[in-house]
Amino acid sequence: MAGHGDLLHVVTADEISERRRTFGRLLVWGSLGLMVMTFAALGLAQSGVIELDFKDWRPALYAYLFWATCLGIAQVVLHGEQGKRSLFILPATLFVVAMVIFPLIFALGIAFSNWNLSSLEGRSFNGFDNLRQMWGDPFYWNALKNMLYYTAAILVEYAIAFGLALILASNIRGRRFFRVAFLLPLMLSPVAVSWMIGKSMMETRFGPIARFARWLGWDRPSFFGDPEIARATIMMMDAWTYIPFMLIMILAGLQAIPREIQEASRVDGASAWRGFWEVTFPLMLPVSITAILIRVIFKLKLADIIINVTSGGPGGATDSVTSFIFREYRDRSNVGYGTLLAIVYLVLIVVAITAFMKLVNRWMNPKYLHG
Amino acid sequence: MAELQIFHDSDVDLRHRAKHFTGRVVIYGGLLVWTVICLFPIYWTLTTSFKLAPNVMQGHLVPFLDFTPKWKGWESIGLSPRLIGQESTVREEFLKRFTNSTIAACASSILALILGSMAAYGLSRFQYRFGFMRNSDISFFFLSQLILPPVVLALPFLVLYKQLDLLDTRIGLILLYTLTVLPIVIWIMRDQFQAIPVELEEAALVDGLSIWGAFIAIVLPIALPGMVAAFILSLVLTWNEYFFAALLTSTDAKTLPVMVASQTGSQGINWWAMAALSASAILPLIVIGILLERFIIKGMAAGAGR
Repeated sequence: MAGHGDLLHVVTADEISERRRTFGRLLVWGSLGLMVMTFAALGLAQSGVIELDFKDWRPALYAYLFWATCLGIAQVVLHGEQGKRSLFILPATLFVVAMVIFPLIFALGIAFSNWNLSSLEGRSFNGFDNLRQMWGDPFYWNALKNMLYYTAAILVEYAIAFGLALILASNIRGRRFFRVAFLLPLMLSPVAVSWMIGKSMMETRFGPIARFARWLGWDRPSFFGDPEIARATIMMMDAWTYIPFMLIMILAGLQAIPREIQEASRVDGASAWRGFWEVTFPLMLPVSITAILIRVIFKLKLADIIINVTSGGPGGATDSVTSFIFREYRDRSNVGYGTLLAIVYLVLIVVAITAFMKLVNRWMNPKYLHG
Repeated sequence: MAELQIFHDSDVDLRHRAKHFTGRVVIYGGLLVWTVICLFPIYWTLTTSFKLAPNVMQGHLVPFLDFTPKWKGWESIGLSPRLIGQESTVREEFLKRFTNSTIAACASSILALILGSMAAYGLSRFQYRFGFMRNSDISFFFLSQLILPPVVLALPFLVLYKQLDLLDTRIGLILLYTLTVLPIVIWIMRDQFQAIPVELEEAALVDGLSIWGAFIAIVLPIALPGMVAAFILSLVLTWNEYFFAALLTSTDAKTLPVMVASQTGSQGINWWAMAALSASAILPLIVIGILLERFIIKGMAAGAGR
């Protein structure tokens, strides 16, 4: 499957005999047949058509592994040296296909059915009922709206991270110490953070942050009582863990800018402020957009802190989509509906991110430049 | 001893120095404030694990000065000088969770590193064609997995794992974790391999190595720093993972974050115990962070700057 245009050229004179080719084909189709047969046998046994003593679908897994191995061997048998190249990406591809594509197809099946794991009756197809239920579910829409707020907060995180990166890139003493100190929050588990900060430091009576707030003159500090404040608190905790991430990416970008450019702007008499806005910032745009995009992707998965600190409260004000679906499953075992919500979320994300990338692309490479 | 000063700073120069000085103050002030913001929660957790109820309630902050450190918090997970020699069920429970976390994180990071390095190397050196999929499509296929929110996979996997009898097993967790960090590994490693000149491998091929031989003997050792970076980043993400672990494990394969989460509600003002548990969950990564900071930054910077 590897062919022309390789960066690494290898001249090979493989002479693959007809017998070897037959053996290779046999290997692929034979193992594929075996896998199909295993699936069919297990499926039939499941529905009670044939008698087969099996506890679970493990044999299907082994059959897939066997087929994958045979496919790999067959590549070398069939294509010789060329086949050895496809062995580089074959394992990862087969792994991702098995772990993502197959479950996603499966998820589509679940999403359009009424399936509650706690009720005795199994799964039943119910068409678009789940979609209709979603349309009228204020909590889901609320969670989506919260995700917009949470995502918007990234701009503030970005500004802070950029400021810190500028300081770190400037001429300071003890840079290594500060870099390690600033990096540490990223290493901490969100669950531990939600206890450390959310449950103990923000505890209204004894927590140090509550004490500090009282000292500042906030009489009765409560960080999770009021919806707006609760959301802001969650944003801050999440920002605390992830600012180092943006900080490091921006810092790497800053250090890649040639010094001469900034010096030239200084020689030309630009003030530090103008030098930043007209030289450094525009040069940093590509890095900034990458950092923001990755941060958005991580932000869209936000759940751990919310699940552990507020469980979505008060009144769903802090719910993210993930934490909402998590509770939908844990409290109500509603697999069908939960999966539909997740799939709708995935579609929304893909559309939004594609649109964002298209916009950025058009903005960064304006048409008139290409003529 | 009054001496005659010959050279005088002019007023303009003095003003410049004053401005420079205030600039320094602002910069170091900002640095210090952010350092406190970053480190105080860690400091607070570590010290609280040595506190007793009165210390917590009176808001004591500095050990030995404000309060006398006590091992009570660490005794609640069976790790104190007094209990270390004895049988302890809580410690066994804790160590079991700790081992689960370690195995799941290390195994999935290694697996992702193997699969990811191979794929990244292939993509950076050869042109593939799978049907309509070219190299850029295959790269996008791998990297786009990053967008996939875990919640989409969580429920199907719950059902699938039940069918496959993989629920509440480490293997199941390892497979899923590998999937979540694979795009990151491929992203970092592709960058690494592209920076290695092809001539090196050509020389190796001339010398009689096969492409796989050249990959293992020549390319991988050069790319080792990048691999360490990718490994540590994966380790951080998988060690801290909570969502899948909370859904897919119950008794056998439960990991440390799930244990921490399950205790948060029940402990009440029992802060010392929670602090000790949280501290032990974050300490391994803090140590890694301090020792291997260079690699982590290198790994995360891979996407930037280019």
